[in-house]
Amino acid sequence: MSTISRDEVAHLAQLARLAVSESELELFAGQLDVILTSVARVGEVAADDIPPTSHAVPLTNVLRDDVVRPSLGQQQALDAAPHAEEGRFRVPRILGDDDPQQRTDPGPEQS
Amino acid sequence: MREPTRRTAAELARAIHAREVTSVEVTRAHLDRIAAVDGAVHAFLHVDAEGALAAAARVDAALDAGRAPVSPLAGVPLALKDVFTTVDMPTTCGSRMLRGWRPPYDATVVSRLRDAGVVILGKTNMDEFAMGSSTENSAYGPTRNPWQLDRVPGGSGGGSSASLAAFEAPLAIGTDTGGSIRQPGAVTGTVGVKPTYGGASRYGLVAFSSSLDQGGPCARTVLDAALLHEVIGGHDSMDSTSIDAPVPPVVAAARQGATGDLAGLRVGVVSQFSGEGYQPGVLRAFDTAVAQLRALGAEVVEVSCPSFDYALPAYYLIAPSECSSNLARFDGMRYGLRDGDDGTRSAAEVMALTREKGFGAEVKRRIMIGTYALSSGYYDAYYGQAQKVRTLIRRDFEAAFERVDVLVSPTTPTTAFPLGERVDDPMAMYLADLCTVPANLAGNAALSVPCGRSDDDGLPVGLQVMSPTLADDRGYRVAAAYEAARDAAEGETLIHAVPELEVATR
Repeated sequence: MSTISRDEVAHLAQLARLAVSESELELFAGQLDVILTSVARVGEVAADDIPPTSHAVPLTNVLRDDVVRPSLGQQQALDAAPHAEEGRFRVPRILGDDDPQQRTDPGPEQS
Repeated sequence: MREPTRRTAAELARAIHAREVTSVEVTRAHLDRIAAVDGAVHAFLHVDAEGALAAAARVDAALDAGRAPVSPLAGVPLALKDVFTTVDMPTTCGSRMLRGWRPPYDATVVSRLRDAGVVILGKTNMDEFAMGSSTENSAYGPTRNPWQLDRVPGGSGGGSSASLAAFEAPLAIGTDTGGSIRQPGAVTGTVGVKPTYGGASRYGLVAFSSSLDQGGPCARTVLDAALLHEVIGGHDSMDSTSIDAPVPPVVAAARQGATGDLAGLRVGVVSQFSGEGYQPGVLRAFDTAVAQLRALGAEVVEVSCPSFDYALPAYYLIAPSECSSNLARFDGMRYGLRDGDDGTRSAAEVMALTREKGFGAEVKRRIMIGTYALSSGYYDAYYGQAQKVRTLIRRDFEAAFERVDVLVSPTTPTTAFPLGERVDDPMAMYLADLCTVPANLAGNAALSVPCGRSDDDGLPVGLQVMSPTLADDRGYRVAAAYEAARDAAEGETLIHAVPELEVATR
């Protein structure tokens, strides 16, 4: 039985903002299925009472004195922009009827 | 002086500082070598001849003025993995997403190299955003292994490892998230070191998996790697995960190790890293190396680390999860590629088109795996469970280091595989990281040192030495002792057995 369907891969691609092609969907569905089936082996480990490790070094907040330091100037920040205008980043419109963000597909949501 | 490109960094530094040769001469020799052989090897994505010669001239001027060398490596050339930001060279991470990107700041590792008078020759090829084990995932074409040009140089840092094996640079910098310094070192007959996590700054290292990424030194000898480790290592206030402790005494350890005495040292052979899936010639080379350690006075025992069997699946959940989050920054808005912005499309559509065009297949796969593993409904079974396995791996290391001083294994299960062999089979590619990922998950130090050639195909094999957190010096001591004994037995350093590359006529 496959772990992940083609439709689920399409949904993942949409969540991850990847406009994947139809042929890629086909390829990725097969490959992601193999990978996910393999990595699911972590479930074999009995670990109910084991605390998770998120980081190799146990660190809490690292603070510094609240003093002004040199940082990027406006021009430096804009130098590599794909499109800048009047000293700002020019971006495409963020709202619209066909915005994928407005869709309400079923399936897993980002936690 | 003998051909500068064949010499170690330590030898070059001594000669430069003694004014037997200038840094400009040494730098020019390496630039000439790059011009002659990099057409065949393709280790470099960018060569900065002018900048390198200017940096070398500054070192020469200071030495000629009678000033002491600013570091033990002042004037020595280096190849830099293209994942560290540089103000004077593009930083592409092997991705179309960042083609031609000029970062507005230098990584801390880069600043430290510059301050130490190390001459940066250029930026080396890599798997896109450091995801891969063959350098075939670079958007700019693969790098070839100087030992056999139809084989991979390892990955993700195949450009750095190949530049060393092709004598294009005596030193290189890599990054190791799951083995990307050590595995390329193993398959090219060079030395690669993953310092303890937090041992060298991640500031300006373009993030793939932040809890695992670690920059480190690559070289042709253990001592050269140690000298470079001390230049780039140490606390950095710009990286909150950087360890605020002195750099372990790795140069002293390498020098001590080279005297060849390992009496009293306890070495554990990881019993999980053998058997099915391992190339017989690799295992024979490894067994010979272990026998050599015993001959040097080490006490060798077998150590079982049962959770290591689950390190690879845990790694291939944790790394993609962090990658899916980190690579969200490539949205086509502030820097890098933007595609499909025709005035009618929304930002979300432009973002999706940009990421589709800018990322290669492996990066897309990992972003989607990570997105899946972090989804509600799957989180506990995948990401949550992988984090628990990470705890068990750390405990296995802790238990092992109660009994032994270092652990050893083959660095990777096979020698360099043919180009193209694994590109369409992601799981086969991932297996190259089998032995290296535990140290990334636990954060302790590990390195790969050349251990001869596999008798079935004549290609180099790597010996992995794993040490406890902040005991990086132990690995250097063991590796230097082993290297000295092997070189004495063979009559030359392994790397000098690399075939001559055809030199392009200019």
